[in-house]
Amino acid sequence: MNVAVSLETAIAARDERRAEAVIECHGLRLRAGERLLVDGLDLQVHPGSRWVVLGPNGAGKSTLLATLAGARLADGGELRLHGRPIEAWDAQTLAARRALLPDGWLDPFAATVLDTVLTARYRLGEADAQGGQVARGWLARFDCAGLVAHDVRSLSRGERQRVAIATTLTQEAPLLLLDEPIAHQDPRHQALVIDELGGLSDRTLIASLHDLNAAARLATHALLLTGRGGWVAGPAADVLTAERLSALFDTPIDALTIAPGQRWLAVRPRR
Amino acid sequence: MPMASPRRVLPVLALVALASLALALATGSVPGVLPALFDPAGDAASLAAVLWQLRLPRAISAFAAGGLLALAGSLLQALLRNPLADAYVLGVSGGAAVGAMLALLAGTGLLGMQLGSALGAFATLAALFLLARRAFFGRLHGAARVAEEASTGVLLTGVMLAAFSAAVLSLLLALAPDAQMRSIMFWLLGDLAGATDLRAALLALAFLVVLLAAAATQARPLNLLLRGDLQAFVQGVDVRRVRRRLVLVSALATATAVTLAGAVGFVGFVAPHLMRRLVGNDQRLLLPASVLAGAALVLVADTIARTAVAPLQLPVGVLTALIGVPVFISLVRRL
Repeated sequence: MNVAVSLETAIAARDERRAEAVIECHGLRLRAGERLLVDGLDLQVHPGSRWVVLGPNGAGKSTLLATLAGARLADGGELRLHGRPIEAWDAQTLAARRALLPDGWLDPFAATVLDTVLTARYRLGEADAQGGQVARGWLARFDCAGLVAHDVRSLSRGERQRVAIATTLTQEAPLLLLDEPIAHQDPRHQALVIDELGGLSDRTLIASLHDLNAAARLATHALLLTGRGGWVAGPAADVLTAERLSALFDTPIDALTIAPGQRWLAVRPRR
Repeated sequence: MPMASPRRVLPVLALVALASLALALATGSVPGVLPALFDPAGDAASLAAVLWQLRLPRAISAFAAGGLLALAGSLLQALLRNPLADAYVLGVSGGAAVGAMLALLAGTGLLGMQLGSALGAFATLAALFLLARRAFFGRLHGAARVAEEASTGVLLTGVMLAAFSAAVLSLLLALAPDAQMRSIMFWLLGDLAGATDLRAALLALAFLVVLLAAAATQARPLNLLLRGDLQAFVQGVDVRRVRRRLVLVSALATATAVTLAGAVGFVGFVAPHLMRRLVGNDQRLLLPASVLAGAALVLVADTIARTAVAPLQLPVGVLTALIGVPVFISLVRRL
């Protein structure tokens, strides 16, 4: 009897833990063709945390994000969103819970920036009174206020990327999966995007990045993918160290102190 | 872009389609039949017969066939994200022709031929999407790149199926008795001379309305699907369900149209292209606009077909191509 009660308590505690975690992976395996990218990944992502995914080219960052978004099935293991297996969610409910910024946003035909951003309101149906206001708000925060009426195809790569980020946020999903959000951004807009993303206290974030210092600034947690199955996950302070990053990218990386308490991760020149 | 007032395009197109209908009813070797429309049992009984038994069924058939072909064409172009797609290019019309020919050679009458063409259309679309099934309906949404490859795969498969049906048709033509050659040729080119059954025409028209309504319920998700599978799925579109429904709608539309009017070409291709220039890419407007444009095009083409060299009648498919091809080339040149 005691055993049964303690088992019940354990199950209840586990269910509670699962409900708390936005995303929970157990033994997740990802493949690309013959290559084994990620093996046995255990991950718990809690609300409000900001995870950064780092790894060399082809390590499986985009594949992982697409899998977490439910757009692709895992090649093994378990993946739960709010405690429920990801494949059990239907597309529309899923869209209310998570948004994904893919690595190349497609704008196949002429459309205004505003209409493009408003595609993210699909899940809210035809009678969506707030859509325009929300879309304009996010466009303004990512320095695209002046582009609202422009044709998306007339924008530069960097501008299109920020429009895509605004689109992802206009979906108003609590979980954001961002594949290289600062791609094509000049230094000012890189800082702007990272600061805006870092300021989203009511969202949970998982973003892949190549810029180590942007990663360090944004992350509360980090996941390193080797691309050969290996991975390291944990609080940013424990994971984003010069040693681990040097090993991950197979290139010497130094942590320099540039001001009291401010660290700079620098790739050592080869010669 | 010529998208100044897209919402005003639909009423204008509806008027154009109605005017084409009036023209089709009023034009022919017997003049002044139009008043009989409001007086079916009046003293002008022979005029009423011309109108109710000849021109009205034929005009409604032309309207329905044009609308259905344009609907199927715009859906296939949107689903495959490729402006080249239509029932003709994808081999569906060819498959229907093979079905009709086989029925004809087997000695069945008109009904058997129509049944054969419907079966042929369905069989070809089924073969098409079965062959390209994994790419088109797979659970693996993956990168958007994959979806682009999928539509190219479906399109290439369709072009090959069209070539195959063309070969089978040539074979059947070589084997067919000379006496049947002329009716076969007309059917292959698309012909409305056999459309004299008012009830069948009205049934096809009802079918057009139902299929357009069914497609219209999927217009919003289709708008997102046009931007890529991955984006559409992320934003909440059940990609596979929308695809399955719309493929079914376009198969039913093609089969009905081919059953009614034979293998009429270019309508399903040209009408959506013309309308895209006018109203843009919003499927909520584009689908009804294409249907009206396709209906008007076939109506006008058929009116010319039966009056241009009267008392001889031309196959309507020849006229749609004769009108459609120059229009289309002038469009492409301006792209």
